[in-house]
Amino acid sequence: MDVHSRDYRARARQIIEETPEVREAVNAATQTFVDNRQKAFADLDGTALSRWAERVKSHALSHLADYLEEAEARLVERGAHVHWAETASDVHQIFECIVREQGVKKAVKAKSMLSEEIGLNPFLESCGVEVFETDLGEYIIQLLGEPPSHIVGPSIHKSLDDTRVIFHERLGTPRDASPERLAEAARDLLRDAFLTADLGISGGNFLVAETGSIALIENEGNIRLSTSVPRIHIALVGIEKVLPKWADLPTFLQVTAKSATGQPVGCFVSMIQGPGGSPGDEPDGPEELHVVLVDNGRSRLLADPEAWEALRCVRCGACLNICPVYRQTGGHAYGYVYSGPIGGILGPGLVGLEETLPLPFASSACGACADVCPVRIPIPDLLHVWRQRAVERGLTSDVERSVLGLLTSTATRPRLFGWAEKAAGLLPAPVLRHLPMLREWSAGREPPRLEGPTFRELWDEGIE
Amino acid sequence: MRVSLFVTCLGDRFFADAAADAVRLLRSLDVDVDFPKNQTCCGQPAWNAGHIPQAREMAAHTAAVFADSDYVVLPSGSCAAMLRCTYPRLLEAPVVAERSYELAEFLVDVLEITELGSGLEGRRLAYHHGCHALRELEVEEQPVRLLESAGAKIVPWEMDQECCGFGGLFAVKAPEVSIAMADRKLDTLPDVETVVSADGGCLLQLEGRARRRGVPIPFRPLASLLWEARSGRA
Ligand code: SF4
Repeated sequence: MDVHSRDYRARARQIIEETPEVREAVNAATQTFVDNRQKAFADLDGTALSRWAERVKSHALSHLADYLEEAEARLVERGAHVHWAETASDVHQIFECIVREQGVKKAVKAKSMLSEEIGLNPFLESCGVEVFETDLGEYIIQLLGEPPSHIVGPSIHKSLDDTRVIFHERLGTPRDASPERLAEAARDLLRDAFLTADLGISGGNFLVAETGSIALIENEGNIRLSTSVPRIHIALVGIEKVLPKWADLPTFLQVTAKSATGQPVGCFVSMIQGPGGSPGDEPDGPEELHVVLVDNGRSRLLADPEAWEALRCVRCGACLNICPVYRQTGGHAYGYVYSGPIGGILGPGLVGLEETLPLPFASSACGACADVCPVRIPIPDLLHVWRQRAVERGLTSDVERSVLGLLTSTATRPRLFGWAEKAAGLLPAPVLRHLPMLREWSAGREPPRLEGPTFRELWDEGIE
Repeated sequence: MRVSLFVTCLGDRFFADAAADAVRLLRSLDVDVDFPKNQTCCGQPAWNAGHIPQAREMAAHTAAVFADSDYVVLPSGSCAAMLRCTYPRLLEAPVVAERSYELAEFLVDVLEITELGSGLEGRRLAYHHGCHALRELEVEEQPVRLLESAGAKIVPWEMDQECCGFGGLFAVKAPEVSIAMADRKLDTLPDVETVVSADGGCLLQLEGRARRRGVPIPFRPLASLLWEARSGRA
């Protein structure tokens, strides 16, 4: 996927000013997620759980190569093909080979952020493959030609009425169709796709090294169909998704579902460890299973001693839901597949800092995300690491550097500082309004009142 | 007991009266207040924006100014959090970190005061929790308890712990988002006569937006309300 983060401010402004309904839809949906998450953790020791999850993930990441090889060996034993892809174009090549060799014309696809990250759909379409997103939310935005706006709820920025309109136009449902009617229309169309597709594509929430199992969480049943009905299944799994032991999985499934939607677990959890008829216990399933282990910047981030912790992320979206910055715009403002707080620490790590600026700055540093992350990623600290680096590499504005330089040199000269505080009160309002930064302030806010004595002056006069 | 007041740069310029109220309040509780004249800015704006050498310079300056203070009391949650939680990352052995307190926190946790007086009888207030006071200092109950024990009703506000959108330079780097965040706060405000907060940045943000929108509610610093609680003088 192309990255358009540079336009963050302009896009955010556009969303806020021109499509207030997006802000409303995102606010309402994230609030529901937040409330449900809170209820789901109400009777649990969330801190103990997240400490445990943090430990397991950090351990897995620090022995990543070993666990990946273990998972590969188990999968191969059961007849799966395992591919290693370093970059997005490696993934494309792997798909191209399979699609060509097997004459694939139609693919059904389960929701996968990694597939968005590597721009899979446009690539497959360029190979002549018709791709059907089968998650309802993904299907809606596929009809609209939009990228996902949220890790868990890709069409979170759309209201029910938006969906009615697009379904009316594209699928001929009544303009006032009930949600059930809309789901039925999508189901009818997708059922046909499931039955006629030659390829099913999925991501993977977790990959268990010990057993070579790919675990997938969902609510709609579409992932189970996508991965079991078509002749071929390709699972795209980021290399950071590995868990050491089978016994680790149940708790991770619960913690992820609770953090994401507040559900005890997802409605469906699929475990995939080989193609149909593979040795052992897999009577059903596709004839061929391909597992593509994708790096795409992850090893580089893992080697970064200050920023690697972002790789613990299980993509639950809790940090987006709680983020007051994300909630004003939804994900599209960020111009990168991962938005919100996690986007600000994954983007620079996976793609590069320069390419994803100003995402680490698209945060008021309120710290709410750190409270909800189920794997205890210190998100505010990592955002700050990338901010420091942006400054060190000269990627921030000259105005900002001058203003802060001026503040520093004044603040280390107390007499000058006291004088400056006093003098600021003498500046006429129209002048103030045009100073850099105050201009941005004044566009939607009254400037602070500057009249009256400073505290220093009051102190000198004597406080009664 | 002696405390040093760190008025902070915003406090000095924009909330001088409230800082004076903090002095009156502390003196009325038999606390000796001094005001080291060389104090300036804690360095938070530079730190937040990622300018570490500048932040370190200001932190070193501040630590030197308050090197001999038994307690440093700040009428600002986020600057108190800067001293306590961030200085240890910037400076070696910043003794000032352990001695710094936000005003309400100092009153409740150090002076062990539970009641200041009854000067807020019948007042309907909303309390905005600044993010850093809440999440870094973990100051949540203290200001509310002091206001309530003086007779005020703190009206429940669903967004009382959500960020106001100030965030230092964030307010001017992403002004549209910052303003939308302030609007959320204002749009959900319950029926109150005054909104109170321990953070100057938040007050400037919320008040600036409220005035621009013509929302006629005053936004006032906690220190002033606490002095009213004690003195009964509005
Ligand atoms: S960073 Fe944490 S809270 Fe955010 S999506 Fe990842 S796991 Fe969830």
